[in-house]
Amino acid sequence: MLVVDVTVAILLTIGMFFMFIGAIGLLRFPDFYTRLHATGKCDTLGEGLIIVGLIIYHLFHYPGTPLVTVKLLFLIIFIFIANPTAIHALVKAAYRRGVKPWRWGEGRR
Amino acid sequence: MEATGDTFHLKNEQKGEEKMISMFLVIGLLTVVTILLCLYRAVVGPGVFNRVAAVNVVGTKTVVLLVIMGYIFERPLFFDIPLLYAMLNFIGTLVFAKYLERGELCSW
Amino acid sequence: MEVGGREKMNRGEQGFGIVVTFCIMFLFWLILSGVFDAFHLITGGICSAIVTLISHGLLVKGRGERVLPKSLRLLLYIPWQLWQIVLANVDVAYRVLHPKMPINPRVIEFETSLRGDFALATLANSITLTPGTITIFVEPGKGKFWVHALAKEHADAHLVDKTMQGKVAHVFMEW
Repeated sequence: MLVVDVTVAILLTIGMFFMFIGAIGLLRFPDFYTRLHATGKCDTLGEGLIIVGLIIYHLFHYPGTPLVTVKLLFLIIFIFIANPTAIHALVKAAYRRGVKPWRWGEGRR
Repeated sequence: MEATGDTFHLKNEQKGEEKMISMFLVIGLLTVVTILLCLYRAVVGPGVFNRVAAVNVVGTKTVVLLVIMGYIFERPLFFDIPLLYAMLNFIGTLVFAKYLERGELCSW
Repeated sequence: MEVGGREKMNRGEQGFGIVVTFCIMFLFWLILSGVFDAFHLITGGICSAIVTLISHGLLVKGRGERVLPKSLRLLLYIPWQLWQIVLANVDVAYRVLHPKMPINPRVIEFETSLRGDFALATLANSITLTPGTITIFVEPGKGKFWVHALAKEHADAHLVDKTMQGKVAHVFMEW
């Protein structure tokens, strides 16, 4: 069981690192569009890694209920499709409403 | 985790499982820290678009937090709730974006 | 995000759409519930029937041509896409943590040769998932994409190299 535990720990740590990158990007970047770059994608990947780690954990520690892994797989697929679509909807609305993109050398917004 | 009296033992007690559960607790606490970091942008962010984006991000991180909590409390049948909340968060953000783009929700 | 109007489909294509949608909904019910006794199966059938009646025009539009090779190529495209996502996320992580923040954002536009709904949606989703680019606007008539890029390398990957467009066109056979 040690190999499984170490794999799950590594996957969870890497996923957590990407989610931290997402939160830090939300604070550090100077403009609305660039902030969405950082969070929308790093968040999605970090979540995917965490849930994959939990699927591996579930397969080895709860062998009686294998259908739950299918539910978690649906969750991953749904997040990979839905998160970029929500980001695209927000960016399209902002562009139509006239939020100007930031160029190198301007002040923070 | 069932607390019988003053001792606490897990339902499927195996060697080394307590270490995994405490690691899940640490990961859950780190997720809460990232949610608090995002709340700064939700409060400060100039304009309405930054705030809506921050709320969407908080919703996504909440889904992860719910899945991890399902494993901390050893209830593997819990996972309908994160799936539903992910869908609700997605639809909420889409409705907000549609309203902000057009100025109205239905065009009747 | 406007839903395109339902084109006039004849009875055969509508029937095909209804059957496929009902099968997919019932399959979801079976997988997600995991209980196979009579009560749950009948309830699942009734719920799938109600959902199919309401929304059969949304999921499947007509018969489609050569669905099987397209699905196989799509399944082969997904691992390449995941690898690109991991690589480019590491790149964005480097840019976030660097003390000088080397970003140079710009808005670019380019034309592709894709015309179908599903192909355009796949390319838009792939562009938004790959870090460095976000799709702003898609024009379905001419296949034009407006994209916000984070740095010059990400913009060049779509303007000069055109690997992603080539791969999606290969999957959906719309060169």
